[in-house]
Amino acid sequence: MKMQALLVSAGALLALALAPAQDTKALKGTVKLDGSSTVFPIAEAVAEEFSKAAPGVEVTVGISGTGGGFKRFGAGEIDMSSASRAIKKSEADACKAKRIEFIELPVAFDGLTIVVNTGNTWVKELTIEQVKAIFLAGTAAKTWKDVDPSWPADPIRVFSPGTDSGTFDYFKEVVAGKEGKIRADMSVGEDDNVLVRGVEGDRNAIGFFGYAYYAENKSRLRAVPVVNPATRKAVGPTPESIEDGSYAPFSRPLFIYVNRASLDKPAAAAFARYALDHASELVGEVGYVKLPAAIIDRAKANLAARRTGSQFLDADGKDRHGPLAEIYK
Amino acid sequence: MQTAAAVSAAAQSAAAASRRGKERSRRGIVATERLVKGSLFACAMLSVASTFTILAILLWQSGQFLAMPEASLWDFLTGSEWTPLLGAEKKFGIWPLVAGTLLITAIAAALALPTGLAVAVYLSEYAPRKVRSVLKPVLEVLAGIPTVVYGYFAVTMITPILHDRVSESFGTYNALSAGLAVGIMILPVVISLSEDALRAVPRSLRDAAYAMGSTRFDASVKVVVPAALSGIVASWLLAITRAIGETMIVALAAGIRPQMTLNPADEVQTMTGYMAQIFSGDAPAPSVEYKSSYAVAAVLFAITLGLTLLGNLVLRRFREEYD
Repeated sequence: MKMQALLVSAGALLALALAPAQDTKALKGTVKLDGSSTVFPIAEAVAEEFSKAAPGVEVTVGISGTGGGFKRFGAGEIDMSSASRAIKKSEADACKAKRIEFIELPVAFDGLTIVVNTGNTWVKELTIEQVKAIFLAGTAAKTWKDVDPSWPADPIRVFSPGTDSGTFDYFKEVVAGKEGKIRADMSVGEDDNVLVRGVEGDRNAIGFFGYAYYAENKSRLRAVPVVNPATRKAVGPTPESIEDGSYAPFSRPLFIYVNRASLDKPAAAAFARYALDHASELVGEVGYVKLPAAIIDRAKANLAARRTGSQFLDADGKDRHGPLAEIYK
Repeated sequence: MQTAAAVSAAAQSAAAASRRGKERSRRGIVATERLVKGSLFACAMLSVASTFTILAILLWQSGQFLAMPEASLWDFLTGSEWTPLLGAEKKFGIWPLVAGTLLITAIAAALALPTGLAVAVYLSEYAPRKVRSVLKPVLEVLAGIPTVVYGYFAVTMITPILHDRVSESFGTYNALSAGLAVGIMILPVVISLSEDALRAVPRSLRDAAYAMGSTRFDASVKVVVPAALSGIVASWLLAITRAIGETMIVALAAGIRPQMTLNPADEVQTMTGYMAQIFSGDAPAPSVEYKSSYAVAAVLFAITLGLTLLGNLVLRRFREEYD
């Protein structure tokens, strides 16, 4: 008996000694996360590291797309929803209707990357007008020649993420605006690896997805520099150009939204804290760009104080636009 | 004498004992028999019940899909655009998926039906016993390969060959590559069933043909194949049914773009490929595109059911009786 008591107290001491690093070893439970396939590499990396720190916690990471994730989030099916765009008013309203409050955590920057086949020798850069000529429903260039007379008269094959993806939403908003329509004759899928293979195997293919999927497949695809509408200079997606905003208009923040009620579960609360603590080191590994420390600190403060709501919707529910650093001041 | 009497007495008592034993366990035997019959019946009912449960779920979920504001029965059955993953542009016209399925099936059938029959004729009429003893097990191995392996084979072997040797217009995903892989997959079905049918043709018919001066080719093509026609056609229909229902190969190799096309270099999506895409996480559970996959499944079910019925009809219509 004495021996056991001794052991227990020794264990308690040890736990105390480790306490500053948060005693996640003893945590039990599940954390369910679903949503953006763009954020997936980050969420997966965080989940992997977290499961080393907290082996008793089971973390599941799905890829239903940003919209699909928010639908499940609004139905209370999951603890966290990852998103490659900010939550929409309609989605926030759906959460409100189910009395679900959420905390918005920006975790990384992404540069939505337009890619072509490595055998494509003619596209050196694209202006937004040319991107529109290829992707908008009204113009929907049939051949490359339709975009630029000096390009070959071969048919363009377009690969796109589905509309449940935040990547598509973001792309549509930039290229087509609120009212415009993206062409329908595309190969559409939420699995970005399917898109990568599709563009890789066809000289006349063009597609787009998150920067991480390009970074992972740099030898198989070519990223097209996009002409920045403000500076009129063609800029390719690189960690530097994405972070300093010169890769415009396709730089964008990525998020994880946390159900406030889930924070009462120690496992989910620890996961959210862990994600913010380690996001900056992990996002670089998987091919994204880390956020400035000030924004991460602001997000940490919001999480600690359980400050709910989106910074991208003002008090009246209107969309707020602008650089992340402005919005997260 | 005495010993003989003793032996016969012993035999009598043993017979009596065994009779008593039989009488005692007769009730047990009846009970066992009932139990066996009951459990066999239960097994039979299980398969029937699961068929009807699946059918009921398909119809019920399809009904829910058609009741949604984005969908209508008329558009579903007549529409020529299928764009469920395009937000504001969602259109649910089944024909592009049906066309994709038929294109893949036609390519597979064009490869597998004649080739399969030729191999079956060779195995049944020409092949020496030694060749047969090697070829048959090889074909059985071919039948045992998981279809996902055929899918990889299509993407990593067939497609690059088509792209490099035939035409640059073959992209990563194309109908011909997937169709050829499906054709190879159904080849063993055609061969083994057709060969069974050919071998079932009585020896006397062949002898009669030879007696009339036929060559082996004449006997095979003019006598044996027509005599086995019902079995051959049945094997073809079964193979086509499997090609229509094949999922993994087309999900990997055919593509994700539903379109009405006859060009084998084009990317297509089949009904099964669409269902696989939706269920592997491209759509959240209660959404209209998720439900639409049930309606697609119902159409697929109707097509394969029709083919099975047709198969039975053909069997009855063309069956030749020789006994």
